[in-house]
Amino acid sequence: MKAKKAVAQAYLWLILLILYAPIIFIAVFSFTTAKSLGNWTGFTFELYRNLFTGASSDSAALMSALKTTLLIALTASVFSTALGTLAAIGIHNMRGRSKAAIQFVNNIPMLNPDIITGVSLFLLFVFLHFSQGYVTVILAHITFCTPYVVLSVLPKLSQMNPNIYEAALDLGATPSQALWKVLIPELRAGMLSGFILAFTMSLDDFAVTFFTRGAVGLETLSTYIYADSRKGGLTPELKPMMTIIFLAVLVVLLLVNLNNFRKEKKTNR
Amino acid sequence: MKLQFKRSSWAGPYGIFLLLFVILPLVLVGAYALYDGDGHFTLANMAAFFTDPKFSDSFLLSLEIAIENTLICILLGYPAAYILANKELNRSAVTALLFILPMWINALMRTMATAEIFAVLGVRYGKGTLLFGMAYDYLPFMIYPIYNILSKMDRSYSEAAQDLGASPATVFRKVTLPLSLPGVMSGVMMVFMPTVSTFAISEILTNNKIQLFGSVINEQFNNLMWNQGAALSFMMLIIIGLTTVIFGGDEQVSEGGLV
Repeated sequence: MKAKKAVAQAYLWLILLILYAPIIFIAVFSFTTAKSLGNWTGFTFELYRNLFTGASSDSAALMSALKTTLLIALTASVFSTALGTLAAIGIHNMRGRSKAAIQFVNNIPMLNPDIITGVSLFLLFVFLHFSQGYVTVILAHITFCTPYVVLSVLPKLSQMNPNIYEAALDLGATPSQALWKVLIPELRAGMLSGFILAFTMSLDDFAVTFFTRGAVGLETLSTYIYADSRKGGLTPELKPMMTIIFLAVLVVLLLVNLNNFRKEKKTNR
Repeated sequence: MKLQFKRSSWAGPYGIFLLLFVILPLVLVGAYALYDGDGHFTLANMAAFFTDPKFSDSFLLSLEIAIENTLICILLGYPAAYILANKELNRSAVTALLFILPMWINALMRTMATAEIFAVLGVRYGKGTLLFGMAYDYLPFMIYPIYNILSKMDRSYSEAAQDLGASPATVFRKVTLPLSLPGVMSGVMMVFMPTVSTFAISEILTNNKIQLFGSVINEQFNNLMWNQGAALSFMMLIIIGLTTVIFGGDEQVSEGGLV
């Protein structure tokens, strides 16, 4: 058993090592400024300084791409959460064919590859003569984010006690009061996980943004990196930015899961 | 239990939204595919898919790469998921977290990092770097659903098989593996779908040496050949539809996955 466990652990850590090698490599070389890759010219925070002060035109463009990415993700996921929650309440109360139909269509954006979503929305905006830019990108992001909100909220609706909404109405609440004071608090957990999913989906997107952004010079992190890689030379400040993003994700996930770890420790003992 | 009140109309706005932003765009893909630039009906765009070797070759190559990548991910990912979910072999939830953490980092960023390593090591860009880089990108998406289903699995099944005299290999083959297949299917969907349609990732990993089908579609739209691009997209839709039917699309959606 011991040998088996050692082999298993060795396998896990070998894969982890391969998975993390590029990230660690980037993190290490974010602390030097050598132009050619893999060259170490001494420890310095210069790239970090450049990134935050916008010392070069590249680092300023990179920072603005980061801001655009966050802005789009935030706007799209807020709208998606509102639209998706309402839709989930409606779908939960539907029956028969119309319910099956809307759930089927709700699955399409999740199954469609990004490039198809991007191309089809591009054709829609061309067809409607809708000029492309921030608005079209945000609409497109709402399109592929909302299904995740719907699927996160629906289970909460089937779990909740249907009588409390009725009770609120019987006790004299208006439907909108009952929505804000009874329904939404009950659905909060589902809405939150839907929001987080929508946000990360939007952050990660490349192809949909690429096809719906038009020619207004809108760059998100993904499109910036793509353009950079086609030019050949990567912006050096990408290295500190990636290091910071990685650490942020690591810290957030560890915090979110801290409770799970504690519980597990207890049950293990 | 159903809610008593009539709230089905609340789905109305989303219904209209879906019609406008999901159904209509897909119809437009089909429509553009069947017309030429002057608005005349034609089957030439569709026919070009079969007759122009540039299209058919890149399509077959994409299919081949996606299948190979999916197989590599299963071969590497299944044992990892199995070990992670097995309390006797791995007790740490932190290790499991480390495996799925890359899912939260922008895919192009991770791809760029891999491409940098290849450049430093002096590896020549080509199919090898493409397959390695894609496996690197998508492995967490294979491990996560399998891990999920294995860790929720009722252990009494395998214990019962053991008590009845099955060897560990038989227990795995007849009990654990069949019960974990839905997880593998989800993993296949989460890995195959994006790899068959990608273009940015493959371009970065091969320094534009290898053009997958996604790149060819993108090129059509870049060159304002919208109708040809739509016809190629339509072909990709067919592949995606077939994959969904075969591997089942109902439960492939990861539920946020914060462990």
